[in-house]
Amino acid sequence: METVIQLAYLAAAALFIVGLRRMQSPATARRGNQLAAGGMLVAVLATLFLDDILSPWMMILGLLIGAGIGAVLARQVEMTAMPELVAVFNGFGGLASALVALAEVAQYTGGSEVLAPDTELGAGTAFTVVLSVLIGMVTCSGSFVAYGKLSGRLGGNPIDFTGMRTATLGLLGGAVFFGGVFVASAGAAAWLTTLSIVILSLSALALGVLLVVPIGGADMPVVVALLNSYSGLAAAATGFVLGNIALIVSGTLVGAAGFILTVIMCEAMNRSLVNVLTGGFGGEEGAAGAAAEAPEGRTVSETSPDDTTILTSYADQVIIVPGYGLAVAQAQHQLREMAELLEERGVTVKYAIHPVAGRMPGHMNVLLAEANVPYDKLFEMEEVNGEFAQTDVALVVGANDVVNPAAREPGNDISGMPILNVDEAETVVVMKRSLSPGYSGVDNELFYADSTKMLFGDAKESADAIVSELKALA
Amino acid sequence: MQNFIVFVLSAFLGNEILSKVPQTLHTPLMSGANAISGITVVGALIAAGMSGGGWSAWLGFLALVVATINVVGGFLVTDRMLQMFAQKQRSSGGAEPEGAKVK
Repeated sequence: METVIQLAYLAAAALFIVGLRRMQSPATARRGNQLAAGGMLVAVLATLFLDDILSPWMMILGLLIGAGIGAVLARQVEMTAMPELVAVFNGFGGLASALVALAEVAQYTGGSEVLAPDTELGAGTAFTVVLSVLIGMVTCSGSFVAYGKLSGRLGGNPIDFTGMRTATLGLLGGAVFFGGVFVASAGAAAWLTTLSIVILSLSALALGVLLVVPIGGADMPVVVALLNSYSGLAAAATGFVLGNIALIVSGTLVGAAGFILTVIMCEAMNRSLVNVLTGGFGGEEGAAGAAAEAPEGRTVSETSPDDTTILTSYADQVIIVPGYGLAVAQAQHQLREMAELLEERGVTVKYAIHPVAGRMPGHMNVLLAEANVPYDKLFEMEEVNGEFAQTDVALVVGANDVVNPAAREPGNDISGMPILNVDEAETVVVMKRSLSPGYSGVDNELFYADSTKMLFGDAKESADAIVSELKALA
Repeated sequence: MQNFIVFVLSAFLGNEILSKVPQTLHTPLMSGANAISGITVVGALIAAGMSGGGWSAWLGFLALVVATINVVGGFLVTDRMLQMFAQKQRSSGGAEPEGAKVK
C-alpha cells in the first residue's frame, strides 16, 4: 500500500509540473491549472483512502468545510480585489504548514503511539520543524498585514516607529534562540520542547507583522510575490518534517515561482530586494483628490473629454498606459469600450503594461482580461517602448512613476528605473485626479511637458464621457 | 539526504519552467502556484488523521481546514481568471464584459 501511495504522490508532483509548464501560454494555461488541481485531488484521495487514516469522516468534514469557504471566497471576489485574495490564500498556506509541523511536535510530546517509527524527535527533524514553523508563521502574519494594506484597511503608507529595526532584529534573534532550545531539548524535556516551540510560533507571528508593516503600498507586488515564495518553502519544510516527497517537490516549485516573480519585480523597479524589504520608501501615495497645485512658474495644459475624443479619433495609433489608478477607478470596462470605438474608426490601439503597474505581478493584465481586452493587444515594456516615437497619442490612465522621466536622471528615488517612454509620443494625455506625485514621491516632469495634456477627474467618468462623445461622432 | 536531493532538483526544475511564463500570466501563475502550495493538505491529513487525539488532532484538523481553503479557493480563482484569458482568443474582444456574467 505504501508503494501505491508513493506512486500517487509522484503522479501528483508530475501533474503539478506539467500544469505549471502550461502556464507559459494563455491558450494552454487554463488546462494546466486544471491538471494541477487534478494532481491535488489524486494526492488527497490517495492519502485519505489508502493511508491509515483513523478518522476518515472527521477528515472529510474538514475538507468540506475548507472547500466551502474557499469556493465562496473564490467566487465572490472582484477582479480588482485579486491582490488581497492572493495575499489571504498565501497566509492560509503558510499557517497550514506551520500547524502541521506543530501537530507533529504535539504528537511526540504527547507520547502518542501512532505515526513515528522512531518515537523520539530527532535533531534533524526538530530542525526542519523550526524552519517550517518560522517560515509558515511569518508568511501567515505577513500576508494578513499585506492584505490589510492592499484592501486599504491598514492604509498604504509605510508605518515606522523608533526602535522598529531593533524590535525586528530582537524578534528574529529570539526566534533563532528558541529554535535552538527546541532542537536541543527535542526528545529530552517535553515541557521545554513545548514551551520553546510556542514562543517560537508567537515571535514568528510578530516578526511577520514587523517585516511587512514598514513596506509601502506600491511595493506590495514584491511583498506578495515573496510571501508566495515563502508559503511554498514552508510547505517544503513541512515535507522535510514528514519525510513526504510530494510536499517537498510542490513546495519547492512554488518557492521558485514566487522567487522568480520577486526578482522580476525588483528589476522592474531597479531596486534591490533588500532595499524594498527594509522599506520606508515613498508614502504620499494617491493623496485622493487633494489636488496638489502646480508649483510656482509651472503651467500645465488641461484638456477635456471632448478634446481628447477629437485628438484620439483622428490618430493613427494610440497607446494606453494603465496604472494602479485604473484599478482604483475600476475604469477597465469603459476603457475597453473606448478602445473598441476608436478601432472601429480605424485607429490602432495598443496597451503598454509596465511590469510593476498595479499592486501585484500581472495585475493590469488581469483587469484588462476581465474587461475582455484581447491579450494580443497587451504589450510588455520592452516590446512597445520603441513605438512611442511613432505614436500620435499616449493615454496614461492612473499611472505615474512608471512614466516619470525623472527615472532617466540621476540623483532621485526612482533613478535608473526602467520606464515607458510615453514622452516620445506626439501628444500625451494623462487621466488623473490631481498633479500629486506618485508613490515614490518624486514630482513628475511629464505633467508639465509641452506635449502633455492633463485630463483631470475620475478615470471612469472621463472614459465614460469619451465613449459617449465617440458614439456621437459615429 | 534523499529529500535534500529532491529539494535541489525541484528548485532547478521550477526555475527552468517558470522563468518562461509571460508577464500577462503572472497573477494566475501566482495564485495557481499558491494553490499548489496547499499540498500541505496532505500533511494535514496525515497529522490529523493518524494522531492519537489531543492537541495534535486539533492542530491537524485546523491545518486541514485552512489548507483546503487555500487549495480549493486558489484553484477556483485561478480558473476564473484563466477563463477570461482563454475567451479572448476566440472572440477577439466585442463580447459581453466578463465581470457582468461572473457575479
